[in-house]
Amino acid sequence: MSGPDRLLLSGDEAVALAARDGGVTLGTGYPGTPSTEILETFSKLGGRAQWSPNEKVAMEVAIGVAFTNARALVTMKHVGLNVAADPLFTATHTGVAGALVVVSADDPGMASSQNEQDNRRYAVAAVAPMLEPADSQEAYDFTRLALQVSERWGLPVLLRLTTRVCHSKAVVRPAGASTPVHEPATYVRDIKARVMIPAYARPAHRRLREKLARIAEWNEAEGPNQEVDGDRSLGIITSGISFMHVREAAPEAAVLKLGMTYPLPIEAVRRFVGSVARCVVIEEGDPYLVEAIRAAGLKVEGKPEMYRFGELNVGRVQRILAGDVSPEPVPPPGKAPQLCQGCPHRSVFGALHNLDCIVASDIGCYTLAVLPPFEAADTCVCMGASIGVGLGLRHVLPPEQARRVVSTLGDSTFIHSGITGLVEMVYNPPKTGHLVIILDNGTTAMTGLQEHPATGRTLDHQPTGKVIIEDLVRSLGIANVHVTDPTTNPAAFQELVAQSLASEKLTVIIARRNCLLAAGRIKSYEQAAARAEIPENCVEQQD
Amino acid sequence: MSNKTKVTSIVIAGLGGQGVLKASDIVAEVAFRAGLDVKKSEVHGMSQRGGSVASDVRFGEKVLSPMVPPGEADYLVVLSSDQVEPNRWQLREGGTLIAPEVVPEGSLRDKRSLNVALLGCLSMSLPFTESAWQEAIRQNLAEKLHITNLQAFAAGRAATNRA
Repeated sequence: MSGPDRLLLSGDEAVALAARDGGVTLGTGYPGTPSTEILETFSKLGGRAQWSPNEKVAMEVAIGVAFTNARALVTMKHVGLNVAADPLFTATHTGVAGALVVVSADDPGMASSQNEQDNRRYAVAAVAPMLEPADSQEAYDFTRLALQVSERWGLPVLLRLTTRVCHSKAVVRPAGASTPVHEPATYVRDIKARVMIPAYARPAHRRLREKLARIAEWNEAEGPNQEVDGDRSLGIITSGISFMHVREAAPEAAVLKLGMTYPLPIEAVRRFVGSVARCVVIEEGDPYLVEAIRAAGLKVEGKPEMYRFGELNVGRVQRILAGDVSPEPVPPPGKAPQLCQGCPHRSVFGALHNLDCIVASDIGCYTLAVLPPFEAADTCVCMGASIGVGLGLRHVLPPEQARRVVSTLGDSTFIHSGITGLVEMVYNPPKTGHLVIILDNGTTAMTGLQEHPATGRTLDHQPTGKVIIEDLVRSLGIANVHVTDPTTNPAAFQELVAQSLASEKLTVIIARRNCLLAAGRIKSYEQAAARAEIPENCVEQQD
Repeated sequence: MSNKTKVTSIVIAGLGGQGVLKASDIVAEVAFRAGLDVKKSEVHGMSQRGGSVASDVRFGEKVLSPMVPPGEADYLVVLSSDQVEPNRWQLREGGTLIAPEVVPEGSLRDKRSLNVALLGCLSMSLPFTESAWQEAIRQNLAEKLHITNLQAFAAGRAATNRA
C-alpha cells in the first residue's frame, strides 16, 4: 500500500475497505471463492468480522444486526446465496432499521464452483435492490452506496460481484471515512414490521413494492448509471465487468453502463435505445438485462446463446458485436490441479478406490479425488449433499451395491450442512446401514485455510468455543464412531472402512490429520494460545 | 483503438505453488508506483492445487479490461517448461516469450525464486528503474526472502544481458 489517496486493490479488498470506511459494525459470511478475502481483509483493517457455520446463519446474524440501527455486511459466493435465500427473501419484507449489504460473488466460467448460476435473478425474486460494480474503484464506491441505499430505504441491498471484479487488482481512490454509527446500537420495537405472521406480512409485501418503486425513481434520476457518448450508429447497454471489455472492444460506440441493475432505470434505457441506430445488450451469463429491456417493449439485440457460457472478454465481445457464431478457438488444455503430495485425503481415497466404493462426495479439495489415480468420487452436488445423496443411493440400490456406498465430506463442509444429513441418517437408516467419512483436516482448505467452528478459532485465529465433531456425532445416537489418522497406517484404515461397510451399521469415521498446507500455521496458533494461557494460570495459582 | 497502443499486456504462467501470482503482484506494484493505471487479473481457487495458473498484468495511461485479450500479450513469462506450449496462443505476433531456460541452471541460490529471476529478464524490456523493481520485490516478500530474491532478480537481468 503506498499512501492513502491511491491504492492498488482487488475488488474484494476494495469492498472491505469501503465497509471499514462506511462504518460497517459487523461482517459475517462463510468462505467461498471468489468472496473469501472480503471478510479477511475487513478484519485486518480493524473491522469486526466473523465466519458463520454457513451462509444462512451468516445472513441471519447480519439481519439481527440490521434490525438495530447498526450496519451489517454479509459475504458469500453465488451458491452460498442459495443457502441464505430463505432468510433473505423475508428480510426484504421485514426491512431493516440499520443497513444490510449482501455480497454475492458469482463465478461465471466456474473457475472454482459447481455451477454457473447468475445471481442477478435473486435480486428480482427476493426484491432486493442490486448494484453491479465493474472494477475495484466501483467495488469501493458501490459498497459505500449500498450502505446508504440500504439505510435510506430500510432494505437489504445486493452487491453482485463476479470473479474478475473480486480478484482483479486495480487502482482505487478511497473517499475517506463516513460518520460512524452510534455505539452501542439501539433497537426500536416494531412488531408489525419484524414479525412476519401472514397478517403483518401482507402489508409488508405492499410496503416493499412501494419502496422498490421509489428506489426505481431515484435510480432514474440519480442512480450510479453512466452514459459514454459515442458514434450513435452503435449503442451498447452493459453492466459490471462487461463494461470494461465493451469499452476496449468497441471504443467508438455509445455506451449505457448500468450500475444499479435492479430496479432498472427503464426510462433511461428507453431514451438511450431511442438515441442509437443499433442497440446491443452485452452482459455476462444469463440474458437478464436483455429480457427485462425487451419486456419493456424495447428493440435491442442480445448475444447468441453460445456466449451465455463462460466469462466474456474483449475478443468475445467483438465476436458478439460482429454476430460471429462460428466455433470459438479452444485454448490448449493446461495441467489439471491435484491433491497435494502428502495430502491426508490421499490415504482415504486410496482406500475407497481399492475397495471399489460408490462414493457420494462433496465440496472441497477432496473433490479432486475424482481424477486419476483415485477416481474415487461418484457424485458431488452441493455443500453437505454427500450424506443425503449417499442415503438415497443406499435406499434403492440392491443390497450388494448399497453396501459399497460411502459418503465423504470435509470438516468445514460437515459443519456447514452435514449435520442435518446425519440426523436424517439416524431417522431414516438404510437397511444396509451407512458409512460417513468426515475428512477432518483442521481447516477450510479449498478456499485458503479459513477457520470454522470445529477448529475452535475465530476468523482472526483467536481461541473460541470449539465444536467437537465426534461428541456431536455421538450425541445423535450413532454408536460406531471412529477417530483415526488415515496416514499412520493406510492398510489399517482401509481395513476399518471394509469392516464398517460389512457391519451394515450406521458408522462415522473421522479421518483426522491436519492439512499439509495448514499444519505449520495451526501449530503456531496453538502455541500462541498456550502462551496466552500461562500467565492466567500462574495468577490463579498465586491466588 | 487509441488506448491499445499505450497499454502493455503481460501474461505470467506456470503451475500452482511456483509463485505466478506473487510475480504478477510485483509487476503490478512497479507499474502502480510509477503512477500508471494498472490492472491485474487471475483466477484463484482450485487451480492452485498444482495445476496450471496464469495471471494477467496490464499497465498504461488508462487500462480497461483486466484480462489480456486473446493473442495480444506483449510478453509471456512462463515459469515451467511444460506450460510454454499451452500458453503460447496468448502471445501476440512479435511478442516476447520469457521461458525458464533463460536463467542458467545453478545461477539461483534457491530454485523457488525462479519467478523473481524471470522478472529480472522481463525488467530489461520494461520502462522502470532497477531500484523501483527492487523496492517492489521488498514490498511483496517477507524480509527473510529479500536477499535470495534480489540475487535472483539480478541473475535474471544478467542472463538477459548475455543473451
